[in-house]
Amino acid sequence: MLEIKNLHARIAEDGTEILRGIDLTVKPGEVAAIMGPNGSGKSTLSYVLAGRDDYEVTEGDILYNGQSILEMDPAERAASGIFLAFQYPMEIPGVATMEFLKVAMNAQRKARGEEELKIPDLMKRVRSAADTLDMDMAMLKRPVNVGFSGGEKKRAEILQMKLLQPKLCVLDETDSGLDIDALKIVADGVNALRSPDRAIVVITHYQRLLDYIVPDTVHVLYRGRVATSGDKDLAIELEKNGYTGIVGEAA
Amino acid sequence: MNVHTQTSHTPAEDALIQAFAERAGALPGDAAVTAKREEAAELLKRGLPTRRMEAWHYTDLRRLLSKVPGFDASASAASVEPLLQGSAILPVLNGAAEKRETPEGVAVATVADRLADGSLAQLMGYDGFDDTVSAVNSALASDGFTLDIPAGVQVTTPIELQNVQAGGQVHTRFAVSVGEKAKATIVERQTGSGEALVSSISNLEVGDDADVVWLIVQEQPEGTSHLGRINITIGARANVTLFVMNAGGKLVRQEIRVVAQGVDSQFRLRGVNMLAGETHCDVTMVLDHAAPNTISTETFRNVVTDRAQGVFQGQIRVARDAQKTDAKMACNTLLLSDEGGFSSKPELEIFADDVACGHGATVTEIEADHLFYLMARGIDEKTARGLLVKAFIAEVIEELESEPIVEALEAKLDAWFSEHG
Repeated sequence: MLEIKNLHARIAEDGTEILRGIDLTVKPGEVAAIMGPNGSGKSTLSYVLAGRDDYEVTEGDILYNGQSILEMDPAERAASGIFLAFQYPMEIPGVATMEFLKVAMNAQRKARGEEELKIPDLMKRVRSAADTLDMDMAMLKRPVNVGFSGGEKKRAEILQMKLLQPKLCVLDETDSGLDIDALKIVADGVNALRSPDRAIVVITHYQRLLDYIVPDTVHVLYRGRVATSGDKDLAIELEKNGYTGIVGEAA
Repeated sequence: MNVHTQTSHTPAEDALIQAFAERAGALPGDAAVTAKREEAAELLKRGLPTRRMEAWHYTDLRRLLSKVPGFDASASAASVEPLLQGSAILPVLNGAAEKRETPEGVAVATVADRLADGSLAQLMGYDGFDDTVSAVNSALASDGFTLDIPAGVQVTTPIELQNVQAGGQVHTRFAVSVGEKAKATIVERQTGSGEALVSSISNLEVGDDADVVWLIVQEQPEGTSHLGRINITIGARANVTLFVMNAGGKLVRQEIRVVAQGVDSQFRLRGVNMLAGETHCDVTMVLDHAAPNTISTETFRNVVTDRAQGVFQGQIRVARDAQKTDAKMACNTLLLSDEGGFSSKPELEIFADDVACGHGATVTEIEADHLFYLMARGIDEKTARGLLVKAFIAEVIEELESEPIVEALEAKLDAWFSEHG
């Protein structure tokens, strides 16, 4: 489903190279965890996948269902089924959350040649998704993410993911800022989306989240490359011994 | 103040002087009104203001008013759908008031009748050499409406004053007096279909404990020059909300002159300027806090695209005995084009010592982070930009609270964006 080949990317503004040759393959149905110390390029990878223009790809390719996505803008990538749950979701004053959800869902439906959702149908879907995430509908009357706590923002990201039903989900540090109860709710939300035709990439600093979202594969990023890969036991080993052993090997 | 007398006239100045020479005999007014008209015409003969005159520094009227069309008596205009459903409409069509049924308890007369009998003479004339808008209008005003809402009358039906031009020149006047404890919502529509020079002046007198919402919606076609002014006096404990939407016109000057003359009164100004094409739009406000314990807030949000230019001048003056004045002014602009511009000039003149006054102005572009977030959810760039720009403007509109008003104004926003977005 996702094939990243020798991907190099740099910050557009100052040319600093962050990704230095990433190779990574994620199959349909797979949950892949990407771990690594601060500054290893985890968040950059998530932004490059989503198509943020602050970064320039200088070499390599990203194939999604066999097609390169490098020439697609963020909206086209999202419409094709790629979803990034942000580490720091933006607050957007003045844009009502319900309006935002309606426009986003209908934009994607339109891009896929589906009919627009009617308001009652939309409301029903949002209400049922909000219920499973233990979110108050009153929150959704506010502008997008405005006045939400850190944990509420993360839940709102998962809510959007549930509503948009993407094929490739990239979760950037979704566990940060969550207490243990919220973490369980969010993890349940993600687990409910696991399916044979969907791939999920979980980017995290800590193993904790992986107790709840159990990955099929674990990849450690270091200095912009995949230093090592393994199964869920690799994450447990990292938690025990830290990154030094692994990155020592790679270096 | 300096009086600049131009040695030679521009074609526009000549056209104004000629218009007065041709029209004066046919314009309504008793001897007092006629004297005021002649006095105003004398000011016009000295020439239009240039940037050397402080009040016109950002809007060099002499340079910008390049063409003044002649009167077109044969042109016909029709009234338009009201902004708010169920409004009572009082239309001025191509400069002539058309009598209609009016809400119960409101006394309505035409300005032509009240100029003829001299009872409006005190509203004519200008206030200083830079008061060109009043001078043009006083010299040439033909008609309009006066409304008298007696004390204690709560008018539930919105009243819409329409000034609809059909090309040529239109000079209109409205005067509304709202009595003690009375309540009303008034919409002032400035629109039309031709290439015109329009001047329109509204006077609003608000009695003690009264409550007035006044909405100005200016949507002139792109070949029209619009000179507007509203003069407001606010009584004790009265509440006035003024909303201004500029969404059209080639050259627009909207002046707002407010005197908070009663204690404990509140004035709220909200405005949006949506500027596209070659528009030059100037909103100039002078607000006097003339009594103690008066509160005012002024917020303008502007969107500028293409080669449009915008101006906001906001002057707040606090009199020596207007203690406990609380005034907050903000002017925020979203600049969508490198060729557009916006100038903001706040001025505070404070003679009292126990007041809270503040102002702020910003010019920004669309936030790249916000745009990326929306696009990452599958919303295409054009739609995402539209959502963000609309949100920026809608925040001010939503402060008006009343659902029918917010919905009607947001529909205007949508219409503007579908044309210019």
